[in-house]
Amino acid sequence: MLIDFFLRLKSARIPVTIMEFLTLLEALERQLAFGSVEEFYYLARLCLVKDESNFDKFDRVFMAYFQGVIDPLEELTGEIPEEWLRKLTERFLTEEEKQQIKALGGLDKLLETLKKRLEEQKERHQGGSKWIGTGGTSPFGAYGYNPEGIRIGQDGSRHRRAVKVWDKREFRDLDDSVELGTRNIKVALRRLRNFAREGAAEELDLPGTIRATAGNAGCLDLRMVPERHNKVKVLLFLDVGGSMDPHVALCEQLFSAARSEFKHLEYFYFHNFVYERVWRENGRRWDRQMPTLDVIHQFGPDYKLIFVGDAAMGPYEIQFVGGSVEHHNPEPGAVWLRRLLDQYHQAVWLNPGAEREWPYTTSVQMVRQLMGDQMYPLTSAGLDRAIHYLGK
Amino acid sequence: MKFTGTDSYIATDDLMLAVNSAMVLGRPLLVKGEPGTGKTMLAEEVARALGKPLFQWHIKSTTKAQQGLYEYDAVSRLRDSQLGDPRVHDIANYIIKGKLWEAFELDSQAVLLIDEVDKADIEFPNDLLRELDRMEFYVYETRQLVQAKNRPIIIITSNNEKELPDAFLRRCFFHYIRFPDRETLEQIVNVHYPDIKSSLVKEALEVFFGVREIPGLKKKPSTSELLDWLKVLVSEQIAPEFLRGSRKERQIPPLHGALLKNEQDVQLFEMPRRRTGSGY
Repeated sequence: MLIDFFLRLKSARIPVTIMEFLTLLEALERQLAFGSVEEFYYLARLCLVKDESNFDKFDRVFMAYFQGVIDPLEELTGEIPEEWLRKLTERFLTEEEKQQIKALGGLDKLLETLKKRLEEQKERHQGGSKWIGTGGTSPFGAYGYNPEGIRIGQDGSRHRRAVKVWDKREFRDLDDSVELGTRNIKVALRRLRNFAREGAAEELDLPGTIRATAGNAGCLDLRMVPERHNKVKVLLFLDVGGSMDPHVALCEQLFSAARSEFKHLEYFYFHNFVYERVWRENGRRWDRQMPTLDVIHQFGPDYKLIFVGDAAMGPYEIQFVGGSVEHHNPEPGAVWLRRLLDQYHQAVWLNPGAEREWPYTTSVQMVRQLMGDQMYPLTSAGLDRAIHYLGK
Repeated sequence: MKFTGTDSYIATDDLMLAVNSAMVLGRPLLVKGEPGTGKTMLAEEVARALGKPLFQWHIKSTTKAQQGLYEYDAVSRLRDSQLGDPRVHDIANYIIKGKLWEAFELDSQAVLLIDEVDKADIEFPNDLLRELDRMEFYVYETRQLVQAKNRPIIIITSNNEKELPDAFLRRCFFHYIRFPDRETLEQIVNVHYPDIKSSLVKEALEVFFGVREIPGLKKKPSTSELLDWLKVLVSEQIAPEFLRGSRKERQIPPLHGALLKNEQDVQLFEMPRRRTGSGY
């Protein structure tokens, strides 16, 4: 039993191991969760999921797998106490929404329709535009798009029994395949700190040697420690304007997180692609430009280079002299990118655009090739991979 | 024996299940959650509720896993050898027991708190794998195997500053303390301040949840901040009506120093409307 459930968790890419699965079975044998689906849910989560970023995935698998098991237990009937429905709407509807309800003929009518639907409906439903369920556009249900809708199943069950926790999906924010907030970015960037003490042991550890010698009753015992690379240095190149506009908020978050994480952070802006000049202050970009060559000379090869841009542009902007949309560039952008990459061996390109759409844009493919395939999506999972690469 | 919360600690159902499962199966329980939601308190309260001794091991960035087991005080031994102290002949005199050892050798079951495990070096959790798994370790200096007489209840807290290694996670139970909902929060306030006026709590909670919902806060106030704030509200004798007034006019709440710990957050509150738009 439950092996299917375990396999589904695995295929949902939750890192579960057989050992953890056996622990769950052991816990069940000891009757730690007995006779309650909710308890079982908590127990299974406790044993199998070890990071809150996977909670949402777990909830979804749980929901899908146990749907068929739970529903017959909680038989759907059309009975809903009137006062409870009212409470529900009062709880979830703001003033504006209440105004909007009038569009459907007022609250009473809405409630009446809801009751009627519930009577007609005998099984759980998803999608669609009429039935109550999840993900649809009907005014009733959860996760739907109808602004006049009443939320059901998201925050309270229809039976006033134990709320189905996994149905609430409270941990959705913590799922790391969604785009990230500053905190998530910080956690991801923090990984760059890790290699402060990595490397081969090559320096004499004086206190360690004294301690070891003393422990050796006076015979000299040399101890070595790895050299400290205590400063991670980062060069951040941000694309601004044009096609980047929809991603501004995300880039701001990345930027503010990066600013608080690194002591040595140098940032520059560019438009679409890097050419012979970049700038520091976007407001004064025309009078405060800095030659890219000066950047290369000023900052040593120990800096890590991070580009942030959607890389969506005309291919000529990368390949040709004079291809820039803003000015006449005497050398093609690709040459400048190569110059930067020659200086900074650890470089990645973070792309805020969705990864699945990359293959459809020629310029994205070209940039990716130029970067030696080091292009990552700007999600926390992508950022993780990028930072992992930079940390190598 | 089951843990069901205490008179000063409200545990939700899932937390109780987590603690009890960890107890029955003898696995360490890893607890994460927003700062100030009572992660460290949990171990203290579990120990108190079950009447078991508590050992607290607070982790710092320089803490080594070995320090939790034992330390060999080589420097005093060297000094003693210079002075001709007879103690020097027995190395066991210089073995200093760590928290884990202390918890292991107790005749009754103990509660062991490993606080803020993420503060230590990334290798730290890996160095404790065998100890947490088998509840035993070997003292090389005295060639002695230390085994736990009773598997202690181990509670480990983390603030997510570093990712913990998979091998370590596999051996733990994991519980994420969510920020409590309003009802739980009211219960929590009640057990801490049973005599407080309910109208004040109601208004304070309104303000509190309002503050938490301001977008872009660097540090959202959490349970411990709320409790501190209520304490000063009571001692300064702030009236509930005054709180309501400040909330209606969207002013910064009185005595906000207990709630907002960051200067930028205070500024954010002072001009909530200015920062809605963003962009270049």
